[in-house]
Amino acid sequence: MPESITDSKPEKVVCGPGLRRNGDEVLVCKSGILRHKQPNLYWIDSQQRRYVPGKGESVIGIITAKSGDIFKVDVGGSEQASLSYLAFEGATKRNRPNVQVGDLVYSQFIIANKDMEPELVCIDSCGRANGMGVFGAGGLLFKVSLGLVRRLLAPQSEIAKDLEKMFPFEIVVGMNGRVWVKAKTIQQTLIVANLLESCENMTAQQRQTLFRRVADGSI
Amino acid sequence: MANDNAKLSKNLLRMKFMQRGLDADTKKQLEEEERRIISDEHWYLDLPELKAKENFIIEERSFGPCEDLKYGRMSFKGFNTEVEKLMIVMNAPNEEEEEEEEISRMETDITDEDMARRYESLVGSMKKKFAKKRERSAIEDVKQNATETETKRAFLKPQD
Repeated sequence: MPESITDSKPEKVVCGPGLRRNGDEVLVCKSGILRHKQPNLYWIDSQQRRYVPGKGESVIGIITAKSGDIFKVDVGGSEQASLSYLAFEGATKRNRPNVQVGDLVYSQFIIANKDMEPELVCIDSCGRANGMGVFGAGGLLFKVSLGLVRRLLAPQSEIAKDLEKMFPFEIVVGMNGRVWVKAKTIQQTLIVANLLESCENMTAQQRQTLFRRVADGSI
Repeated sequence: MANDNAKLSKNLLRMKFMQRGLDADTKKQLEEEERRIISDEHWYLDLPELKAKENFIIEERSFGPCEDLKYGRMSFKGFNTEVEKLMIVMNAPNEEEEEEEEISRMETDITDEDMARRYESLVGSMKKKFAKKRERSAIEDVKQNATETETKRAFLKPQD
């Protein structure tokens, strides 16, 4: 049910995801808990699995096609995003990046709105890669809900702290709900993947007991 | 040569060489007539002025800045050292900028004192290079001992 919150103070208010501006009013368009961050940021904390591309978000994409100067990347949104081959670190017209169809790329949106085709880049504004680009020889890619992604990437994430105590492994988390995991053996990789998928529906207690069991080696 | 303004055309009068002779009043009249002509010919919308509203409400679609999400690539227990370095760099860019500046100063090849010493000698040698012959010898004499220069200055009789 849309509610309207009138803004009476002449200060800037930033409405985050779940809130929309309608003239001078702010309407709620998703169900969830209203959160506030100092000084003037409000948003709705909601759950969903379907990703909607947003500018500046880092996502994992799968290259689906190579056409001319751009790659078509599947990011799990309503349409495929385009990624120019010059948007990699050290890429020039003569020096093409080594990207094949089916590769996984960790990249950022520069254009992502409902009116235009989304565009990705693998460099930042200074031209450095900062870890973006093609990754992942091996490993496993799976999908989780967006809420879990946010819980994993939260600044004081308990899940991340629990994960640290287990065996060595590497993880790439995309804001589009895709997670890629790689550990030393296939079995460990599968264990981590299953743990993360099951973390969604467990309380903190259950999660910690489960992780402890894994760390002890009983699974 | 007759300066008959009534017979000369308006366009001619608007030309630069005709404007020089005019005084201020006639110039102003001409300008006003021009403006009136322009405003009559140009079309305009007869609507009230729309003021651009200052928007107090800014929309932000992404969750990233809302919850201060960390960098997406993570590595635990040293599985991938490059990613671990990236984690440190990307996760605290504001706090660590100052630290990195200090660190970069310490990691230079030569310390500041060595650089200062180097520059001292460098300045001296460059000065010598560009000095004239007599000045060069004067510089060298100044550097050597006082007693030695005195003995050199005394005339030594050639011993056949």
